[in-house]
Amino acid sequence: MVLVLTGITLFAAVALASVHSLTKEPITRAQSAQQQEAIRTVLPAFDHVDSKPIVMNDGVETMKVFKAYDKSNVFVGAAVESSSNNGYRGHIDVMVGFDKAGIIVNYIVLQQNETPGLGAKMVDWFKTNIMHQNIIGKDPATANLTVSKEGGEIDAITSATISSRAFLFAVRNAYFAFVSHLDAPVKPETEPISVDTTKVNENETKEPGQ
Amino acid sequence: MKKSGFRIILNGLLSENPIFVLILGMCPTLATTNSAINGMSMGLATLFVLFGSNVAVSLLKNIIPDKVRIPAYVVVIATFVSVAEMLIHAYFPVIYDSLGIFIPLIVVNCIVLGRAEAFAAKNTVFSSALDGIGMGLGFTFALTLLGIVRELLGTGKVFGQIVFPDSYGALIFVLAPGAFIALGYLIAIMNKVRSL
Repeated sequence: MVLVLTGITLFAAVALASVHSLTKEPITRAQSAQQQEAIRTVLPAFDHVDSKPIVMNDGVETMKVFKAYDKSNVFVGAAVESSSNNGYRGHIDVMVGFDKAGIIVNYIVLQQNETPGLGAKMVDWFKTNIMHQNIIGKDPATANLTVSKEGGEIDAITSATISSRAFLFAVRNAYFAFVSHLDAPVKPETEPISVDTTKVNENETKEPGQ
Repeated sequence: MKKSGFRIILNGLLSENPIFVLILGMCPTLATTNSAINGMSMGLATLFVLFGSNVAVSLLKNIIPDKVRIPAYVVVIATFVSVAEMLIHAYFPVIYDSLGIFIPLIVVNCIVLGRAEAFAAKNTVFSSALDGIGMGLGFTFALTLLGIVRELLGTGKVFGQIVFPDSYGALIFVLAPGAFIALGYLIAIMNKVRSL
């Protein structure tokens, strides 16, 4: 009895290990291809990005800043991967592109499980110009990127305020990470930097002149 | 139980369709059918697991002692589910993202364990394989149909192709209540069809 069960489990373990090693590479390749594609989509024309992103953790969310440069190594903008756990159905992952002045160039939703027909519209909603929901071309330093119900400038997706709120939270966080690392020198090996709130606030108050 | 291969497959597809007749595995059915493509990929993933676990259980049925058969089946099923999950993650990342947690949850889908226990443990490898395919196809068929109905009525699209503008869609069909309503009507229609 024990022998059979052990045998089956052992066999299962071997099978799983081999499939894992077989699929490991395609999985990482697919993920990095998706990331590279997203960076290209959201940024203005650039020549190269830092090979390693600057990782920033504010205690709740983790943001990754990919700085982009043109041919003569001049900073042209950065793509920031940012997320929110407060979507209607969990985790939302976005990539937001900023030009060097901090204007939002484009965004792409990397991952979301929002309701199709409602929250899932975020993929295009905040790029369209029907009412006041377009965030492209906005400068988060001067524009209030919260939903209009909370006194912000952005119209939420109809009947998907929770998803919209979570999305805009991720976008604001992305900007936060962007301005915090505007002048940060690029270290070859970047450790996750944990930033306490006081330091972040300092950065924020410094920013409006930007 | 001596049935021809064709009968076994037809059995899973229509007369004992896991969704429309046995009403098994409702959780993934209702949760993943908010679009046709999601329903279909969920169905195909389950088809793969059903086929694999049915064959493996049928192969092992004589060496597994009765007392530990359920744990043994669960290990077998969990292995196939993990394999399916890794393969989908590697080669169909878009589907992996949209199905999310429901791929690993195939392991607790009662159709899979149910077929292992009720069919594969008592039949030859060949008919168990056919049963897995039949049941899997039945499940895929049901989920795809439900997905098409919900996507069409809810957003005016079928497999992402626009049929009518989505402002005419009844959003409730994409949401949870619509899943129950659409499933209820589909079961009623299938009952009618089967009684013809």
